[in-house]
Amino acid sequence: MMNIPDAKGYYGEYGGRFVPETLIPALQQLEEAYENSCDESEFQHELDYYLREYVGRPNPLYYAERLTKIAGGPTIYLKREDLNHTGAHKINNTLGQVLLASKIGKKRIIAETGAGQHGVAAATAAAMFGMECEVYMGEEDIRRQKLNCLRMELLGARVVPVKTGSRTLKDATNEAMRDWMASYEDTHYIIGSVVGPHPFPKMVAHFQRVIGTEVREQIVEHEGRLPDMLVACVGGGSNAIGLFEPFINDEKVKMVGVEAGGTGALAGQHAATLSYGNPGVLHGAKSFVLQDEDGQTSPVHSAAAGLDYPGVGPEHSWLKVLERARYASVTDQEALEAFKVCCESEGIVPALESAHAVAYILREAPEMSDDTLLVMCMSGRGDKDVYEVEELLK
Amino acid sequence: MNRINKKFAELKKRGERAFIPFLTAGDPDIETTVDIIESADEAGADIIELGFPFSDPVADGPTIQASYSKVLGKGQKNEDVFRMVEKIRQKSSIPIVAMISYSLVFKMGFENFINRAVSSGIDGATIPDLPAEEAEKFVPDCDRHNFSLISFTTPGTSFRRREKLLSMGRGFVYYIAVRGITGQRASMPEDLNDNIEQIKKQTALPVSVGFGISNPTQAQAVAEVADGVIVGSAIMSRITDSVKNGKNPVNETLSFISELSGAVKNIPEDK
Repeated sequence: MMNIPDAKGYYGEYGGRFVPETLIPALQQLEEAYENSCDESEFQHELDYYLREYVGRPNPLYYAERLTKIAGGPTIYLKREDLNHTGAHKINNTLGQVLLASKIGKKRIIAETGAGQHGVAAATAAAMFGMECEVYMGEEDIRRQKLNCLRMELLGARVVPVKTGSRTLKDATNEAMRDWMASYEDTHYIIGSVVGPHPFPKMVAHFQRVIGTEVREQIVEHEGRLPDMLVACVGGGSNAIGLFEPFINDEKVKMVGVEAGGTGALAGQHAATLSYGNPGVLHGAKSFVLQDEDGQTSPVHSAAAGLDYPGVGPEHSWLKVLERARYASVTDQEALEAFKVCCESEGIVPALESAHAVAYILREAPEMSDDTLLVMCMSGRGDKDVYEVEELLK
Repeated sequence: MNRINKKFAELKKRGERAFIPFLTAGDPDIETTVDIIESADEAGADIIELGFPFSDPVADGPTIQASYSKVLGKGQKNEDVFRMVEKIRQKSSIPIVAMISYSLVFKMGFENFINRAVSSGIDGATIPDLPAEEAEKFVPDCDRHNFSLISFTTPGTSFRRREKLLSMGRGFVYYIAVRGITGQRASMPEDLNDNIEQIKKQTALPVSVGFGISNPTQAQAVAEVADGVIVGSAIMSRITDSVKNGKNPVNETLSFISELSGAVKNIPEDK
């Protein structure tokens, strides 16, 4: 499984590069820069330095004792990506990409964002490297995630409101790609998840793999063995890929991605792409997508802005069809309840996205045997969500 | 030879350039699009580029996006577009090129798409998000159906890559004049003439230029160096404005097509 993706960016049937000709030179240049730098020890050394001194890695793998008791089944460890600088796993990727962009002489960073966590992480990395930064964000998400908008502006980035389509993450991604088509000569586009045209899914996975790599060492220190199960929420799927990848060859380690079940199973009520979708092409790659019978992108819904996306990374589609990973969904309501349980039992305010993973564990734990060793990725903290949660709980 | 090849051969004989208006299929409604295309020939259009509305057109600017959203909002389906072409074919033999996202083609299946396109009377396609590496395998199928799969090239395309694109291309080469998305620009880029000359040295295919051309002056300047001129957003803006101002969109569009075509056909003698 190690030669994944292939030279054209395919994970089995999924991935590839489906973009206008205008973007091909940009992607070729990026691929070359990435292939030349990222495995180089000097680049890795520099990135490791920033991850340690600036992000605060390695972050803890925390034994959630009270949550374990409440769930009543598996032993639960939380990988604390929420303790990273900026409060989510997104910084792992943005630092890597901004460092790469600086090596190839780019002066400006653009990004798309849903919940705003990736936007904040991009703005942070851009500020630290002295680069100009613009973040595309759907108007609907700006409303839901005001706090992160203010953070981005304080960090010197410009938030560009996106008024097209559903005014959420998908439309922000379209706008960022349009910007990049005209600007790639001096601009790097930091995509925020393991989605988009090759080499983005491979590159983002590379920068997020640090999550699972640390987990492997930490769980052996704590428990003397590998976990039985990994659980992570999946929107585009970058925190899940980061956790899963170092375990792909360990067939005994089960992997579960938890999608946004929203309010129901009909189109427009959820954002559970792998649970309800079909193969299609969106945002430059072939993967599972939520589309109508003509191939038009379906509307999506999730209480968690970061999961509110009609596509998913191609590597997840591949893991699904191989049955190497399993994908489930939980509803907005289940996620909200899990949010509260997590706050009250562990003193951790999780991101609404991460609360989906907690909800899955709470729901399925009674079916799991007591000796199950489970690691969940706490992908981000929920400060950004407190107003939205207050609204939803009314 | 299909209708596209024949058209370019005729034009070449007459020493003329092609004028290629782009129309969103179904904006403001199917009848209007049908009426415009049926009379487009007389108004001076040589080929029609017909846009299949798509929810996420990454290569398109605000005008075409808005046009697509409006049409999809009314519930129009791909099959409605094919039926519309069938209707047009009862009266008009103007060459029609589909402009369609690979998202839609993939969903239909490439084979099904070609069969349906050919049976409805479509002569070729531009699939903006299907780059050469992915398009290659479909070329034999298209050739068998005498269906022109049109290649794009851009100001940023390298010489070597262009070789490959041009060898795969059929019908004409679509040269994207600007870096970026469709939509009107104040001026045409400075490297346009040089790039077209380069391309013409590399291929015998006619070179048509699109993206950013919005008025007769620009259209004429492009016609001085290219074999075909494509105008999209400016025409779609004209349609929207005419509807908004209570004018007849068919007449308004046809008169704009005449104006643009006039400019393309009457390039100064010394060029």
